[in-house]
Amino acid sequence: MNFLSFFIQAVRTGMSFLLGSTGETLTEKSGHLNLGIPGIMCVGAASGCLAEAMYLTSVGGEAQANKLLIVLIPILVSFLAAMLLGVLYCFLTVTLRANQNVTGLALTTLGVGIANYLSKQFSNGLLPFASATKYFTAKLPFYETMKASPHAFVQVLGDIFFSYGVLVYLAIIIALIVSFVLTRTRTGLNLRAVGENPATADAAGINVTRYRYLATMAGSGIAGLGGLCYIMDNLNGNWEYTVDAVGWLAIALVIFTIWRPNIAILGSIVFGGLYIVGNYIIGISFQNKELIKMLPYVITIIVLIFTSFTKKKEIQPPQSLGLSYFREER
Amino acid sequence: MKKHEAREPLFHIVKRAQIPLYQGILIRVAAIVLALLTCAAVFFFLTQKSPVDFYRSMFNGAFGTERRIWNMAHQMAILLCISLAVTPAFKMRFWNIGAEGQVLVGGLACAAIMFYFRQSVPLPLLWVMMTLASILASMVWAIIPAIFKANWNTNETLFTLMMNYIATQLVAYFINVWVKSGSGVLNPMPDAGLPKLGNAWTLNISVVAVLTVILYIYLRFSKHGYEIAVVGESENTARYIGVNVKKVILRTMMLSGAICGVAGLLIVGGTSYTINANSAGGQGFTAIMVSWLAKFNPLLMILTSFLIAFLQRGTNQVSNDFKMDNSISNIVTAIILFFIIGCEFFINYKLVFRKPSKEDAT
Repeated sequence: MNFLSFFIQAVRTGMSFLLGSTGETLTEKSGHLNLGIPGIMCVGAASGCLAEAMYLTSVGGEAQANKLLIVLIPILVSFLAAMLLGVLYCFLTVTLRANQNVTGLALTTLGVGIANYLSKQFSNGLLPFASATKYFTAKLPFYETMKASPHAFVQVLGDIFFSYGVLVYLAIIIALIVSFVLTRTRTGLNLRAVGENPATADAAGINVTRYRYLATMAGSGIAGLGGLCYIMDNLNGNWEYTVDAVGWLAIALVIFTIWRPNIAILGSIVFGGLYIVGNYIIGISFQNKELIKMLPYVITIIVLIFTSFTKKKEIQPPQSLGLSYFREER
Repeated sequence: MKKHEAREPLFHIVKRAQIPLYQGILIRVAAIVLALLTCAAVFFFLTQKSPVDFYRSMFNGAFGTERRIWNMAHQMAILLCISLAVTPAFKMRFWNIGAEGQVLVGGLACAAIMFYFRQSVPLPLLWVMMTLASILASMVWAIIPAIFKANWNTNETLFTLMMNYIATQLVAYFINVWVKSGSGVLNPMPDAGLPKLGNAWTLNISVVAVLTVILYIYLRFSKHGYEIAVVGESENTARYIGVNVKKVILRTMMLSGAICGVAGLLIVGGTSYTINANSAGGQGFTAIMVSWLAKFNPLLMILTSFLIAFLQRGTNQVSNDFKMDNSISNIVTAIILFFIIGCEFFINYKLVFRKPSKEDAT
């Protein structure tokens, strides 16, 4: 087994989990358990791909396309489409105070349905979008210089750190930004207060509704990019109907990394590795491959149990996770 | 009155204490009608065909032939069974979203007994073994998160959610152990199936019908049912009146798991005679909505599970008739769920509008 290529693949796979889990963390910090994330990621993936196909068709092929727009359009569309589903979730759970679990699960149903419908349009007289994925996986300019270096060490360094596409770096940057905002800014403090105890936050003059809306919308948008990353980067533009499986793993990753996007950067690589390691072990039986796929969920449960054993406040789920807030309720 | 003084907002939200029964029904019916209109609009947008075709195709899919009616009744029965399973837990405010996994594990245990013993054990004994194995396996699957919830207050929503995917992988693992060719498809074993009463569906439907009545009585009239309700309303109150909360959580989740086991048994031993990772088919999640929509009342669940089963069969037909694969089915189901979820707001709360002040009147 070639460890280097395994590691690179693990990072690439992990980053779609990371985007999903960063989005979900942001949402959960505001007190909302959004189980619609798998559906949102499906829609993010399908809408981004469709936008790419439509853009390519409108300019008449990848050769005529603007090198910047070819990457930017799918990212924006994917973010916005996923955010729209986030608005729907917020309207039902924040404004109408509906049950979050039920709403989230229904949202996943809707998202899977919409994504399947959109994916049918790919072949509807549009150019294939797979040709554009080389812009998503294009390596950094100085990667080639490093590969050309006579030192093996520099070459490996180039492979490990600089051999990825734009969405991988975007995922890491977003995770770092979200982590910074949550722990180091007043906005983040307010947001965490809303998720821990909305009544107290409300009494302190924080607009609970606005924080919940914004956090969930931004979170959904980020998660949508995770779906796009999965198709455009990991699968090289081959559409697959299993994006929702990535979404459930992203929710698991939130717990595994105890609600911290910066830890999730490493955690996602672990998850990515576990997700693909079966393909890298030579001579592994079919049944053992299935057992390995079970591991991310098992270790997530172990972490969940561990957090409930230790009563340390820093690693608990947000206290009002899953509960609606109504000001006049006593 | 001074101009700069803050005006009272246009409306504010007040929680209702009680709503007259007819008003509650009216709001829900209005929501379903609105939802069906929205679905027709979406359908028109997607296919440019008349909405009348849409409704006709839906009814045709659910009630078109005798076979379709039976199929729908059967689907409704399985869904109802899983909904019954999650209900006691939900009433206790234990968010068991792991029914999918509990059903799968029950089905897996049933399939294992069928696979290993169907040649060596006489049929009636085999049926008993299948039943016991299913119920036991699902109980174990349900009690693991319950133990941690009861003793260490581990978040049960996330725990049971994760258990679903472990169950899925477990099924995939055993299928690969049993099927040496690596095709991943376990051939049906109808010779080991549960006995048939009348046609292929009656056994399952009657078992679920009996279960519904029993569970209704259990939750409504038994001491256990009362304890579940009190724990759900307030754990502190429950402790104060001397209810052993831990015991109630464990006992209720065992019951929840046991009924999931029955569902798994009916799916594997009574219908498909085989199992795959998708045997529960998302019904474990749909059941959560069925139970919640019926306000955790087993008799009302007959209605809500009928609604969902009708939608699923009907929209399947629509996707067949208009060649749209299963996307329309998901979209329509979700739209209707959203409307019903949303209308709960108007049942629990009311909007009080600002009374026109004297200035406004003049």
